[in-house]
Amino acid sequence: MSGVFSPTRAKIKERTLRTDKWWLQPAITFGVLISFVIYATFRAFENKYYFVEPLISPFYSPCLSTSCIEGSSLLGQPFNNEYFGIGISPSLFILIFPLGFRMTCYYYRKAYYRAFWMSPPACAVAEPHTKYTGETRAPLILQNGHRWFFYFGLIFNVLLTYDAILAFRNAEGNWGHLSVGTLVLLLNATLLWLYSMSCHTCRHTLGGRLKHFSKHPVRYKLWSWVSVLNHKHPTFAWISLFGVAFADIYVRAVASGAWTNFYFF
Amino acid sequence: MARNLKMRIWRGDADNGALQDVTVEANEGEVVLDVIHRVQATQMGDLAVRWNCKAGKCGSCSMEINGKPRLACMTQVASYGDEETITVTPLRAFPVIKDLVTDVSFNYRKAMEIPSYEPPANLKPGEARMEQIDVERSQEFRKCIECFLCQDTCHVIRDHEENKKSFAGPRFFIRIAELDMHPLDILKNRKQKAQEEHGLGMCNITKCCTEVCPEHIRITDNAIIPMKERVVDVKYDPVRWLGTKIRKREGIV
Repeated sequence: MSGVFSPTRAKIKERTLRTDKWWLQPAITFGVLISFVIYATFRAFENKYYFVEPLISPFYSPCLSTSCIEGSSLLGQPFNNEYFGIGISPSLFILIFPLGFRMTCYYYRKAYYRAFWMSPPACAVAEPHTKYTGETRAPLILQNGHRWFFYFGLIFNVLLTYDAILAFRNAEGNWGHLSVGTLVLLLNATLLWLYSMSCHTCRHTLGGRLKHFSKHPVRYKLWSWVSVLNHKHPTFAWISLFGVAFADIYVRAVASGAWTNFYFF
Repeated sequence: MARNLKMRIWRGDADNGALQDVTVEANEGEVVLDVIHRVQATQMGDLAVRWNCKAGKCGSCSMEINGKPRLACMTQVASYGDEETITVTPLRAFPVIKDLVTDVSFNYRKAMEIPSYEPPANLKPGEARMEQIDVERSQEFRKCIECFLCQDTCHVIRDHEENKKSFAGPRFFIRIAELDMHPLDILKNRKQKAQEEHGLGMCNITKCCTEVCPEHIRITDNAIIPMKERVVDVKYDPVRWLGTKIRKREGIV
C-alpha cells in the first residue's frame, strides 16, 4: 500500500473526497485531443485534397515528396513518394515537427498526463499507478528536447505565414486578391505565432535564463512581453490547435469541390 | 444569519481513525476554521487542530476540505451550499499525528538539503547592491507562507511514499529557483543539483501546486518550468554547452 493509503497516513478508504466534477476537465481534454489525433491521422494518410491554388493545408506544408501536387512544393521535392515499396504520404515527412512541438509543450504535458495517463487525473485525486519516475527516464526524458521542436516550429511558422501570403493570389496566380481561404490561412498562421511566442521555452530563450535583467534591457523587455503572452499559453495552445484543424478542413473542402473559395476581390 | 452546518471531521491517529458526523452552528461570514473551533468548544473537546494567525499568513491550518488542500482560515463556509456537508480531513500526503494534525517534518528535512545563498566572497555585510528588476522575480517566491499545500497535493509524493527520499517538492523548487535567479548568488551547479539531487525531473508539471497555492504564486510557470529550462541549458543542450566553452555565458553555471 502506497500513496494516500500508506500506513502512516490518515486511514481514509476513498481515493479522493472531492465533491466537485473533477473528472469533467480531463474528460473534455481527452475527448478533444483524441478527436484531433484521429482526424490528423486520417488526413496525414489520406494524401489528397491538400492543395488547390492558392491554398495548401498546414498538414502538408511544406510538401517535400515527389508525389506532391504540382505547385504545392515550396521547398522542392527531396523525398521519394515511396520507400521499400511502401507509399508514404508527404505529410508524414514533416508531421513529426509540429507534433513533437505540441507533444513536448509544457501545457500539453499537463493536459495529457492528466487526461490520458491519469498521473494524476486531477489534483488530490489518487492516481492508479503503483510506480512513478516522472520525466527522469526514457522515453519521458525526451521531453527535455522541447526547445529543438520549438526552433523547428518557428521555421514552420515562417513557411505557413508565407503560404498565407501566397494566398493573396487567385487560382490563376495573379496577386492582389483576397478570399475566405486567405483569411483562414492568415488566422492559422497568426494563432501559431501566438502559440509559439507564448511558449515557456521562448520565454526562457529570450531572457528567462538571465541572472541580471538590468544588464540586458532589450532582452528584459522581450521577456516581459512574452511573460504577458505566457499567461495565455493554454488558450493559445487550444485555439491554435483548432485553427490548424479548421484550416485543413477548409482547404480539404475547397480542394475536394465541396466548398467554393469565396473571393472578396 | 446562523445555520446548522453538517460536517464530517476525520478523527483518529496513525493506527486508526474515521470520519465522524457532526452538526454545528455556522454564522454569516465565518470560515471553516471558525466552525471547527466551535465543534472543539462544544462537542469535541479533544479535537486536535493546528492553527495560529487566522489570516492566511502563517500556513498552520492546512487541511483538506471536501478533498481539496486548503487553508481552513481562508475557506468561507458560505462558499458551500446550504445542504452541502463539509468534509474535513488532515493532509493526506503526510503522516497523521492526531485528528487534523499531521507531521510535516519531511518539509523541514528537505529545506535543510537545499544549498543556501552564497554571495561573492569579497562582499562585506551591508555592501550587497541589486537592482529591482533583478530581484523582482525572486520576490514572488518570497511570498510563500510554507503552508505545504503544494507539497500535499503534489502526486509525486502524495501518491508515492517511496519518492520522498529523492524529491524535494514544489515548495523547495521555488526556493531553488529563487536562489538560482538571485543576482548575487554564485553557487555553481545549482541546476544540476536540482535535477540530480532534488528530483526536479520527477515533476511532470501537472500544475496542482499552482492551483492550491493560497498566495497565488505561479509555482509551475515561474519557478519549476524556468528551472527545467535551465537544467536543459546545462544537461540536455549540447549547443549551449559548446557555447559556454567558447564564450562565457551568463546564467550557465
